[in-house]
Amino acid sequence: MGKYIVRRLLQMIPVIIGTTFIIYAMVFALPGDPTAGKCGERQCPESFVAEYREKYNLDDPLPIQYAKYMGQVVQGDFGTNQYGVEVREDLAKRFAVTGRLALMAIAVEIVIGISAGILAGIRKGRFVDNLVLVSTLVVISIPIFVIGAVLQYFLGVRLGLFPVTVSSEATTYELLLPAIVLGSLSVAYVARLTRTNLVENLRADYVRTAISKGLSKRRAVGLHALRNSMIPVITFIGFDFGALLGGAIVTEGIFNIQGVGGYIYRGIQVRDGVAVVGAVTALVIIYLFVNLIVDLLYGVLDPRISHD
Amino acid sequence: MTEQAIVETAHSSDANPVGEARSLGADARRALARNPLFWISATMIFIFVLMAIWPSLFTNTDPTEAVLSQARERPNSEAWFGRDIQGYDIYARVIYGARASILVGVFTTLFTTTIGAALGITAAYFGGWTDSLISRVTDIFFAIPLLLGAILFMSAFPSSNDPYFVVVFKVVAAISLLGWPALTRLMRSSVMQVLPNDYVQAARALGASPWRIIRSHVIPNSLGPIIVVATINLGAYIALEATLSFLGIGLQPPVISWGVSINDAIVGLRTTPHMLFFPSLFLSLTVLAFIMLGDAVRDAYDPKTR
Amino acid sequence: MRRTARTVAIAGISAVALLATACGGDSDDTTATDGNETTAAEGAAGGEIVVDGCTPENPLVAGNTSETCGGDVLEMITARLVNYNADDASPENDIAESIETEDNQTFTVKIKQGYMFQDGTEVKAQNFVDAWNYTAFGPNGQTGSYFMSPIEGFAEVNAEGSTVEELSGLEVVDDYTFTIRTSEPVSNLPVRLGYTAFAPQPDAFFEDPESFGKAPIGAGPYQVTEYNDGQSIVVEKFADYSGDFGGQVDKITFRIYQDQDAAYNDLLAGQIDVIRTIPQSALIDDKYQSDLGDRNTQRETGRFNYVGINTVVSTDLADPAIRKAISMAIDRETINEQIFNNSYTPATGWVSPVVDGYQENACGEFCTYDPEAAKAMLDEAGGYDGELTLSYNGDGDHKAWTEATCNSISQALDISCTATPVVDFATFLTQLGNGEMTGMWRLGWVMDYPSIENFLAPIYAEGADSNYFGPYVNEEFESLLTQAAAAPSLDEANALYQQAELLLAEDMVAIPMYYPKTTIGWSEKVNPVTITAFGRPDLASVTLAQ
Repeated sequence: MGKYIVRRLLQMIPVIIGTTFIIYAMVFALPGDPTAGKCGERQCPESFVAEYREKYNLDDPLPIQYAKYMGQVVQGDFGTNQYGVEVREDLAKRFAVTGRLALMAIAVEIVIGISAGILAGIRKGRFVDNLVLVSTLVVISIPIFVIGAVLQYFLGVRLGLFPVTVSSEATTYELLLPAIVLGSLSVAYVARLTRTNLVENLRADYVRTAISKGLSKRRAVGLHALRNSMIPVITFIGFDFGALLGGAIVTEGIFNIQGVGGYIYRGIQVRDGVAVVGAVTALVIIYLFVNLIVDLLYGVLDPRISHD
Repeated sequence: MTEQAIVETAHSSDANPVGEARSLGADARRALARNPLFWISATMIFIFVLMAIWPSLFTNTDPTEAVLSQARERPNSEAWFGRDIQGYDIYARVIYGARASILVGVFTTLFTTTIGAALGITAAYFGGWTDSLISRVTDIFFAIPLLLGAILFMSAFPSSNDPYFVVVFKVVAAISLLGWPALTRLMRSSVMQVLPNDYVQAARALGASPWRIIRSHVIPNSLGPIIVVATINLGAYIALEATLSFLGIGLQPPVISWGVSINDAIVGLRTTPHMLFFPSLFLSLTVLAFIMLGDAVRDAYDPKTR
Repeated sequence: MRRTARTVAIAGISAVALLATACGGDSDDTTATDGNETTAAEGAAGGEIVVDGCTPENPLVAGNTSETCGGDVLEMITARLVNYNADDASPENDIAESIETEDNQTFTVKIKQGYMFQDGTEVKAQNFVDAWNYTAFGPNGQTGSYFMSPIEGFAEVNAEGSTVEELSGLEVVDDYTFTIRTSEPVSNLPVRLGYTAFAPQPDAFFEDPESFGKAPIGAGPYQVTEYNDGQSIVVEKFADYSGDFGGQVDKITFRIYQDQDAAYNDLLAGQIDVIRTIPQSALIDDKYQSDLGDRNTQRETGRFNYVGINTVVSTDLADPAIRKAISMAIDRETINEQIFNNSYTPATGWVSPVVDGYQENACGEFCTYDPEAAKAMLDEAGGYDGELTLSYNGDGDHKAWTEATCNSISQALDISCTATPVVDFATFLTQLGNGEMTGMWRLGWVMDYPSIENFLAPIYAEGADSNYFGPYVNEEFESLLTQAAAAPSLDEANALYQQAELLLAEDMVAIPMYYPKTTIGWSEKVNPVTITAFGRPDLASVTLAQ
């Protein structure tokens, strides 16, 4: 186990280098000059463009730009973005908000998704099952920007149940509605995955055996079937955490949350390579750790899976 | 998990009585034919596919005919679903939108699922450095924000006046490019759970070729989660296309799709919600049909449920 | 995500307000407010308000900002030689005691004594000259250097890697007097001097320009007290403000929004007091009027939207007759009614009605919808059988109207026209700048300073920064601009500019579309808010309701 973890930690190094390089190359390859749009709809003065390109090493070839950047990163310096703010400082603030938002969305997924999945699974084909099917359908088929706008308008503006947008303090209450919106699509996945696996496992002989041996159905479901059904669900939640951190662009926009998704999006739009690469690198590291934890959880949920 | 449970799991999964003459496929087909869910969903899908192939069968109205002076009209006898912000007939738009939406949904799902499943099985089955390599490459791709990839892709291949299928294919490629890693991981986890089972170990001991083990033991037993996710993905991809349009990088005119319609209608959320309702309804029905079909197929093919 | 703010255009600067505030809930036009009358300001000064803002593209340095997000804030914190009247944008002396010239080429500027910066130092002639030199100096890479270009010696100073740090056209006479010499006559120079790029900088700026951008010091009625990157910018009233254009409320927080709908929803929920534009979703069917009651207003502002054509790249559109036919095929009225909910005004020329020098109907029949005449004209010109495109930046809010415009063109002329998005604004502008954009494309203009010249020279003059038409070169147009710049009086200059504008109708490289109006809304917490001629809420005049 210890050896496995060490090996995985070592493997992270090439992944981080690979990702940062790909991202760097992608930002580098984006069409559109980084200075375009800095001066409204007119072209920027040449002197401004020249100065700017020099400041961000834009005239160097890609590998050299990348090397210069990584040289700084290794020393713990993520550089300063186009707005003259240290990326590290910016990211710390934004990850704090987005991290909480993502964790709350995951909590929503686990609470609503897994319970809906269990209900639907043990009552397969009944009313509850169909109800879960139809409600998951709704969230799957309506794009997130519509769900967000509708909930914000009705629950926030009309009924006043939730704050309409998130202030810079980003309290838990303010983040609740955005977390529900953000988690809604994944709730559908979690519910369906739980249901399907549970149904499969419930029909398995070992559950029937357990029940025939006098184990209560509740215990059979809870102890055997459910535990066996959780691996795909945990896998999904694991990679979803990473996706929620960086992919909450639309939700962040609707609720005016100053988070990582919006930071990356804006970074892409204004061609702020340093900001984009910094944010994505941090994402990769978090994502890798979550993945490692998920892989270790496999062993806990199913002892037959070993990591030797 | 108790020792007993493991043994039983293994046992249960291997429950097919020996000596049955019928093949897995024949069994599955028989089961499908008996399942009403299958027939309902198949009929719905047939209608949608027909709509995609031959829209003029359903409407005579030209979906590109804009009557701007009647924009945002509520449903009426002339325009059954009303008109949208450009004055297009929403009914005609919804019918003609089926093609692009279904193409995006089906092909993206097909690509991501195939790539994801193949890599996931390979990683889990062979383990060791193969697993490490595939898993780490997956990690790299997973970390790239879909949006960055999509913007880059769309701008690397800018389109003006592209033919229909090129426009659609670009969106398919943009989503597929970064959509497969999730499925790889899911498939890997699912296969890892199947591998320790006795029947797999037994087949290995008997010297069966990896391909044979994968095909006849691993795949049928590990498909459940990936089918669930793939059928949901199909709907989610159709909706994602709308989100891409919302961000300005989705399908482009002259292509008509449900996503584009939904995106165009969002401004009317508070005032003229019918513009939003109908494309969303059709999208929901399509997703419903595919999810039901997925359920039915999975039930039929999963050896554990028999 | 719709990011209208950035794509609106360049440099909308809101003129700092007058002491008076308009009263009454007139929702159509601003009630006329005279500079010297403090008519019935019901609300008391003091208190604080929250308004919506966007992230400045550059540090808050006056000479390095030529877009609206930073401009909005700079407008509040800087004082310039000249202030633009909030109501009609006419220039009024602020720091300037007088600006005099005899030949439109040498200007003598006398400034008021005792005008204070927010750090307690006095504004002196040297502060202007140093600031302008800094802005113009090439290696400083300031975005506003364009505005210094008329001043003698600019070319040398602005060159890449230049070592000449001082504009030869600027000379300090004494602490309160300096002279400006331009390389060519520029009759409207005094009007331009109210633009934020011409603001003076305190000595502290030159000591540390880097950190100045987050904690700028100006001589304006408000000073920046907090700058939370990406979240909010807070300005508070400057106690020792020396000018006549002070503000009312004590504290204004610009809360940064990524999405205009979010700001609007916050307004409905009472979380914010003034928003600078009403989103499309609330304009439909006048929803905002039922949402907000009387708490909204609309006015025409110094903006202009057009559809341009690069006639060098798009050879199939090289014949002006085809471009005129296209223009006549656009049903601007109906598009305005259905897409913009009448919040725009169909353009009848190339110059916004709010500026001095506007002439009616410069475009004449060519901007009037007439499908038959358009078709006839196109046929006469030999028809058009290509695939016409109308490009727009996909990250802005342009899809609906470009698509409607294309539909109108296809229906009237029976040709194929497709509205085509370009991924984002950076790509869009780069393609325009490189002359790679074929077909038609949309663009908008927000005036920097209130002059007819600002709607002509920066866009259509040869070598202008926004001349994306191939470039557009018309000798007669050039000579009229030069003559106008040298004209002895503003009226004579305007007459010449108007002649130049008429030439644009002949060539039709830019098809006029709209003069956008600005619609704003406010909360119950404040008294009615007015809009400046630049299209910004007149924040300095906002007072709290009692």
